[in-house]
Amino acid sequence: MQHILTRSLDRAATTFILVVAGLGILISLSNILLPAGSFFQVPTYLVALFGKYVCYAILALSIDLIWGYCGILSLGHGAFFALGGYAMGMYLMRQIGSRGVYGNPILPDFMVFLNYPKLPWYWHGFDMFWFAALMVLLVPGLLAFCFGWLAFRSRVTGVYLSIITQAMTYALLLAFFRNDFGFGGNNGLTDFKDILGFNVQADGTRVALFLLSCFSLILAFLICRAVVTSKLGKLLIAIRDAESRTRFLGYRVESYKLFVFTLSACMAGVAGALYVPQVGIINPSEFAPGNSIEAVIWVAVGGRGTLTGAALGAVVVNYAKTYFTSGPLAPYWLFMLGALFILVTLLLPKGIVGTFNAWWEPWKAQRISDADESAAREDGIEPKPNPAE
Amino acid sequence: MNVMDPRVTSAILYLDGVHVSFDGFHAINNLSLALEPGEMRAIIGPNGAGKTTMMDIITGKTKPDEGVVLFDGSTDLTRLDETRIAELGIGRKFQKPTVFESQTIEDNLLLALNVDHSVKGTLFWRGSKDESERIDRVLETIRLKDVRRKMAGSLSHGQKQWLEIGMLLAQDPKLLLVDEPVAGMTDVETHQTAELLKEINKEKTVMVVEHDMTFVRELGVKVTCLHEGTVLAEGSIDDVSSNERVIEVYLGR
Repeated sequence: MQHILTRSLDRAATTFILVVAGLGILISLSNILLPAGSFFQVPTYLVALFGKYVCYAILALSIDLIWGYCGILSLGHGAFFALGGYAMGMYLMRQIGSRGVYGNPILPDFMVFLNYPKLPWYWHGFDMFWFAALMVLLVPGLLAFCFGWLAFRSRVTGVYLSIITQAMTYALLLAFFRNDFGFGGNNGLTDFKDILGFNVQADGTRVALFLLSCFSLILAFLICRAVVTSKLGKLLIAIRDAESRTRFLGYRVESYKLFVFTLSACMAGVAGALYVPQVGIINPSEFAPGNSIEAVIWVAVGGRGTLTGAALGAVVVNYAKTYFTSGPLAPYWLFMLGALFILVTLLLPKGIVGTFNAWWEPWKAQRISDADESAAREDGIEPKPNPAE
Repeated sequence: MNVMDPRVTSAILYLDGVHVSFDGFHAINNLSLALEPGEMRAIIGPNGAGKTTMMDIITGKTKPDEGVVLFDGSTDLTRLDETRIAELGIGRKFQKPTVFESQTIEDNLLLALNVDHSVKGTLFWRGSKDESERIDRVLETIRLKDVRRKMAGSLSHGQKQWLEIGMLLAQDPKLLLVDEPVAGMTDVETHQTAELLKEINKEKTVMVVEHDMTFVRELGVKVTCLHEGTVLAEGSIDDVSSNERVIEVYLGR
């Protein structure tokens, strides 16, 4: 256990964790302790907004794990995010109980409205938090497992895989739009009241959810780091760069892809589950193919294959989105997003963090090899010239 | 999977009456070939003779339409996939050197070691002394010890070829299939590669596909000439290169 931690936590990773934890605690404290209206007080609506960004950062991490490290470009990861969100939404709906508009103690409002005689079987159990939490992991995980099992075994790769992941999220979008599918159709699930007995609208709950999101981001980051710094991580990169080589070395490539794809889907599900109570609604538009593509852009902007870059990209792009869509430039946001993607692809193909690393790492490597050479000289061994060069 | 069939041949690799066609093109035509354990065999032949396709069949990348492909006298390779065949002990070097360019040379070798290849095994992997000694030995053999922490992508073409051979050694197979190992190498490197392969052949069975006749001559082993997917001639390099049909095929009619 300890060797996994020491291996995962290099300087950049530790810095990332400290920054997330530090910002999370500072923002929370300033909201709670400082008087409302003070210049340094972060208003509650902003805390919720930041909480949303943090959830997106977790989604971005999950995409970076499969795309940046294993070369699986999923254009349907929003589906796993939305499924996690729906699982949480179902729990929150069941918590409303008889406080709904129709006062039905069992059936959520939309079911009364659509004349459901009784609760559909798949809504059972969601009145218990532990069950819903389990489903947040299990439903996206199981879908990813089945989807991945079929796709990776048939050796569907590259663009073809991207296209069928798009089709998957689109199919779910259409299904969830239907009223008789049992998830509130077009309107989705909303009007939440409590989570674990706390009012979801209350300031304290919002701060707690924000902190929980930050904690989950750190945990997800640690899991990703543990994976990518293991031998399995090296193998994922090997699969990304030369898949058939790894097969001829005797690795069962589909098992590795399936593992990392399922893990990634579970992480996306958790992100969705944390997102829903903070924004107060989940509806089928979360399945929209555009959302998944946007999430891929965050990762590209931040720098794929870096993890920290993915999280950073999610926050930066979403901050820009909030900023621009709330001003007079709102109608042009999508053009800006498209332009951003093109510019990053052309000018910063490694993304923000990747470019920074490319500039920083040769310098760091030089330092290490200098240290090596001086160590070798101390041992009395002169570095030999390489005969094959 | 009939891995436990009684041995039907002493050959480590046995191909009999193998046919493959792609969209009506007969890439391999009634190909029969046998490699004895410990042998080194050079395969020559003009472009399109079916050399690489033959390797694809042996390693499970391509399934033959008909014919027998046996490994170790008993294992039917046509029913297994690439991963399983690699696990059995057949290593392959590609025509175009294929290494993991964005990883260090030692990591390339680490990944090639024939240790636990399961998801769980690699996730909770911790290096062992034995593993690092094996990597050191391979680095020594392929003369890349001093650059072990360099990225594989930064190596010269010849060095990449060597690294890939090193990966085969780390994999520790019984049979090595080596596709064009000296393509793009200088004369000195070609000579060194011939020495290296001879060294490897002391312990393992090797099949080398190569165009470079000086190199084949230097290996000094039995040569099989393929043409249009079938064996045209077999014997020592002098016999094969003086064979009239071989000359005809190489020079054109």
